[in-house]
Amino acid sequence: MRKDRRKFLGAAALGGALAGCASKEGAVEVTEEPSLLGKPVGAYGERSPFENVKRHLNDTKTPQAASSRTPLHQLHGIITPSALHFERHHSGVPHLDPAQHRLLIHGLVERPLVLTVAELKRLPSVSRVHFVECSGNTGSEWSPKGAPDVQRGFGLASCSEWTGVPLSLLLAEAGLKKEAKWMLAEGADPCKMSRSVPVEKAMNDAMIAYAQNGEAIRPEQGYPLRLILPGWEGNINVKWLRRLHVADEPFYTKDETSKYTELQSDGKARIFTFEMDAKSVITSPSGEQKIGGPGFHEISGLAWSGRGRIEKVEVSIDGGKTWKPAQLQEPRYSKAFTRFRFPWEFTGVETIIVSRAVDETGYVQPSRQELIAARGTNSQYHNNATKPWRVAADGSVTNVEA
Amino acid sequence: MWRRSALAVLYAGVALAAEPKYKLGRAATAEDIAAVDISVLADGRGLPAGSGTAAQGKDLYFRRCSKCHGAEGQGREEGGPLVGGKGTLTTAKPLKTVGSFWPQATTLFDYIRRAMPFDRPGTFSNEQVYQATAQVLFLNGLIGENDVMDAKTLPKVAMPNRDGFVKDPRPKVK
Repeated sequence: MRKDRRKFLGAAALGGALAGCASKEGAVEVTEEPSLLGKPVGAYGERSPFENVKRHLNDTKTPQAASSRTPLHQLHGIITPSALHFERHHSGVPHLDPAQHRLLIHGLVERPLVLTVAELKRLPSVSRVHFVECSGNTGSEWSPKGAPDVQRGFGLASCSEWTGVPLSLLLAEAGLKKEAKWMLAEGADPCKMSRSVPVEKAMNDAMIAYAQNGEAIRPEQGYPLRLILPGWEGNINVKWLRRLHVADEPFYTKDETSKYTELQSDGKARIFTFEMDAKSVITSPSGEQKIGGPGFHEISGLAWSGRGRIEKVEVSIDGGKTWKPAQLQEPRYSKAFTRFRFPWEFTGVETIIVSRAVDETGYVQPSRQELIAARGTNSQYHNNATKPWRVAADGSVTNVEA
Repeated sequence: MWRRSALAVLYAGVALAAEPKYKLGRAATAEDIAAVDISVLADGRGLPAGSGTAAQGKDLYFRRCSKCHGAEGQGREEGGPLVGGKGTLTTAKPLKTVGSFWPQATTLFDYIRRAMPFDRPGTFSNEQVYQATAQVLFLNGLIGENDVMDAKTLPKVAMPNRDGFVKDPRPKVK
């Protein structure tokens, strides 16, 4: 009986292929009907063994003080799987027991507080979709050469649904004194990475997150607690958060003076540059990919802004001479990745494709030339320039050297 | 009578606004805070007791710092340069070091205490942190070999690039 059915299905598939005059390789293959059962239910899921998308690791002598990059060109929609969220650590990932971990809030507060993770989870919670982007992302693009692909060039950005307690709620519990202007946010990693956060941001949309994409935050993303400052540079979203020290001044930590400041051409450096400006990049097709021949291809990419929602993304398929609006995936969240899509007929003639984002404040993503005219080339961080990709006649996609 | 109780409710409401609403967690004691408070402000608040000179820190630097930062603080692959770069900030190849770029000397103490030495962060005593701080400042020519660095003297070290930082002009300027 089973055998007969298999034969029948095979014949039907063959007939279909003949009738439809499918291409030589297009015949539908019939999978053997399994005679054995598949895998049983499991306690924690894994991806298919056929899938091997990975973060990109740099070659370094200090892998505990390094970064890994998200394969944006191999992902879909707007959510980055937690296991592929980019990493940047300064002294490695600590092993923290949530039962032992504490958050201390002290300094210019009426009631210095110690909270356990379990206590934080009892408080009113919020879930919000936000990107986190290292301000060093796209640093490669200050140089005329640029990165060869989107993962190495743009992979220090990821987007998750974060769940936690609004920081404003905790600060109301502790009672801010009127002199309170800044607070030190400190991690429990071996180097106690720390940054100064303005009280205004802390009281606005900051969150103490304990969950990412529906489950506990991954160790490399700050387990058990991470400070999320929506739209602000990745480094200040302090992981493994253990302490908030409220003060009247910023603390001028190493990571807000010697690093994460932007040297301008006049030799002065911008300090406390928090917001990530509007940015977009075409992820498909992008550098090092090869598209099929002429015909229909969907151009797709990501846009985001640290100042609010993405209002518009425009795509040019002629190297920036003309621009047309792309379709934006809904809903569009504030300070989150927005997926854009643009239908394209590739004619087989070499061309340059590029995207440009506009956010709800009206800010337009600048070109590399505009950015350099304003800042020079020593800025290192906060490069949000548009990114052109060259598509050759044979469909191979490469980085455009400036 | 109803007026009085309404008033009482109103007063209670005002008082509640200043009181914690959820009352979770516990009051942090001075011991709780002292156990983890390693914050230092630029004016020196938070700097601990103790002191050190470059002369005292020379050997410590050689043993625990030079492997990554080089014998003279010139930097190696593992650790950035600590010394040099004077006059390079407007050139095509700026060299940002403690001497050429860092605005505050207190940052150096704070960072060494938190994060150094790289393979054993936070294991220096406060005396050793003052000594290592003094040695790096001395290698930059900012203090003498026998100048004592402590909670009073460190914030007063004249950092060459103290005025080299400007407020973020974005989004007005790109």
